[in-house]
Amino acid sequence: MKLSCVIKNQHFQFSSVKEVLAKASEPKSGDAMAKIGAESALERVAAKVVLSELTLEDIYEHPVIPYEQDEVTRVIYDDLNQSIYREIKHWTVGQLREYILSSKTGQPELTRISRGLTSEMIAAVAKLMSSIDLVLASQKIRHQAFCNTLIGEPGRLAFRCQPNHPSDDPEGILASIKEGLSYGSGDAVIGINPNIDTVDNVKRLLTITHDFIQKWEIPTQNCVLAHITTQIKALEQGAPIALMFQSLAGTQKANEAFGVSKEILDEGRALMLQKGTSTGPNVMYFETGQGSEVSLDAHEGVDMQTLESRTYGYARHWQPFMVNNVSGFIGPEILYDGRQVIRADLEDLFMGKMNGLPMGIAPTYTNHMYADQNDQEIAGILTAVAGANFYMGLPAGDDVMLNYQDTSYHDDASLREMLGLRPLREFEKWLEKMGIMEDGKLTDRAGDLSIFD
Amino acid sequence: MKDVNRPEVEHIVSLVLKELGHDKPASALRQDHHPERLSEPPESTDPDCIYFSEEKEWGIEHPHNEQVLARARSLTPARIGIGRAGTRMKTKSYLQFRLDQAAAHDAVFKEVSPRFLEELGLPILHTQAETMEQYLMDLDSGRRLSEESEKWLKAHAPKGKQVQIIVSDGLSSSAIEANIKDLLPALIQGLELKKISLGQPVFIKRGRVWVQDQVAAIVNCDVVISLIGERPGLATAESLSAYLIYRPNQNSVESDRTVIANIHKGGLPPVEAGAYLADLIEDILRLKVSGVKYTQLREGK
Repeated sequence: MKLSCVIKNQHFQFSSVKEVLAKASEPKSGDAMAKIGAESALERVAAKVVLSELTLEDIYEHPVIPYEQDEVTRVIYDDLNQSIYREIKHWTVGQLREYILSSKTGQPELTRISRGLTSEMIAAVAKLMSSIDLVLASQKIRHQAFCNTLIGEPGRLAFRCQPNHPSDDPEGILASIKEGLSYGSGDAVIGINPNIDTVDNVKRLLTITHDFIQKWEIPTQNCVLAHITTQIKALEQGAPIALMFQSLAGTQKANEAFGVSKEILDEGRALMLQKGTSTGPNVMYFETGQGSEVSLDAHEGVDMQTLESRTYGYARHWQPFMVNNVSGFIGPEILYDGRQVIRADLEDLFMGKMNGLPMGIAPTYTNHMYADQNDQEIAGILTAVAGANFYMGLPAGDDVMLNYQDTSYHDDASLREMLGLRPLREFEKWLEKMGIMEDGKLTDRAGDLSIFD
Repeated sequence: MKDVNRPEVEHIVSLVLKELGHDKPASALRQDHHPERLSEPPESTDPDCIYFSEEKEWGIEHPHNEQVLARARSLTPARIGIGRAGTRMKTKSYLQFRLDQAAAHDAVFKEVSPRFLEELGLPILHTQAETMEQYLMDLDSGRRLSEESEKWLKAHAPKGKQVQIIVSDGLSSSAIEANIKDLLPALIQGLELKKISLGQPVFIKRGRVWVQDQVAAIVNCDVVISLIGERPGLATAESLSAYLIYRPNQNSVESDRTVIANIHKGGLPPVEAGAYLADLIEDILRLKVSGVKYTQLREGK
């Protein structure tokens, strides 16, 4: 295995695949804080050069966290198609990049090779890709999934209506749901982050959203983003859940801090298929984001981007309906500014798709980062061009419960209009029935929540 | 919109929730969206001066049902019923959003004014975070005192008292300027009334919560309490949290700390918070434990 190179008359020696991966990453403050990122611009390029000549087999044989030690590694390796892997294991990462970008390579080819790629190979190739590379490659891949609605069809863009309220007031939540629906937001899911993570409260919120969806005959799914164990208890007690949620990370240690494991996820999905209200087979909703492992001091010396790809390889096991990336939610110690967030969003969308996921993006920022609304909107446009399945939708982009900014109902409608994208098929028909949309455009009635009176 | 008055019972519920370690995003029962705006605006000598309204825009000219819309808007601080220009926000709502985000961002990067600190009169200590930049990017730098401050504390601080108070700007200088002049006297008075001995309160610039462990070890107190500015949201940049721990040591973990969040005039008002914290400290001193274990002990009795 080649782990050294000479560039610009300087010799660079790396000690492991893990180190090459970390140092080949684009600059991000979380990797700097973990003291694993490249120490100079030249060292970063040296790592990229070495990475470009590593073979897929080199990466396969040297997982960043050993199989015996980590459940995430085990799930990824156990789910890999060995036959496809053997066909391509002699490729270098540089060759993989060119194969992905080749105009002869389309979705069928990429979907096939992705079954033979570990998440670390996918992370590796993304480190050799620029913004346009990532957008072009992402555009080639679109994964569909079905819960009550079909998500991921070409030409369609969906949104989660996120009607959070600081005290979980049911009527206040319904007010924001109505507002979102009146803008055409809510076809991916109507999903509430609860302020109070108790079984009774979660049941209450599931019931009010379920009843509202029934009353207005909305083709969508409901979800309350409580801890999975709380949702399992609510489901056992008969609460109406269409989509089950959980946050995931890329190391076993971080998942333990989240209170989640393969066993719990297996249990949750099995229970959903038995007792959930939705058609399925895709009944899970996961959220991920670069840096959660660093924040939890559970990164095991692996860079944030590689861990994010591993999270996707893990998530894929439970055939989710949607995977939402919220890189940017934590703070400047993880992603410093708008530029780092935009880079992370593009990497994550590509890596999620290459890992076989129906991927959405939440370009977000907190108020202690060097980022603002303009950065967020740029990230939104770029990832929409790159073919994200969905975004969030919040009243004016201001989450009054979680204290951060995300895409707004207005942004949702704007992204569709800008790129000529339509809502999910069944939901578009419903919007037309409600008089909110006509021929893919909002009508004069749109934006007025009082039509739900 | 009229601010909704929170009934007392909800307030007590919020306190209990916080006490149960439910220190989720600041805003538990915040109902009024813009508490800072209750104060009178400064007057301008320019007769043409614009007094930009910060009330939620009524953005829909001919709503289907005006009453339904008005009621919906009263039920949530979320920015709803604001209308649209094409698919975009109307100008006023857009500027209000930018304004609130700017205030939140500035609250992080603005330092507590020197005049405010002078009037406050507390000894000013520093952490190893020499700049705001370093503070934000390296979590550990805000968790240890600078060498000089450590020396000062060892030499000058009264030792062996029951309680040590730390005030720290954290992620919001606005939270300090808005709350401390009400909160600190109320807390100190509360402790004095209960005859609880108190060390010299200090201000720690760019401190994170964990620096309280080092301070407690130096001054040898029973309870250390940090009053720290929270990560600001758009609804308020003035929210402050109190973190308390009983006799921290090297094995202390996050769940050993008791957290009271959401202290600001639209949440738990600072004077009330001072009195409440004094009661809480008395209780923690009595039970000799804080955090989840404290909650469990109280629940158990």
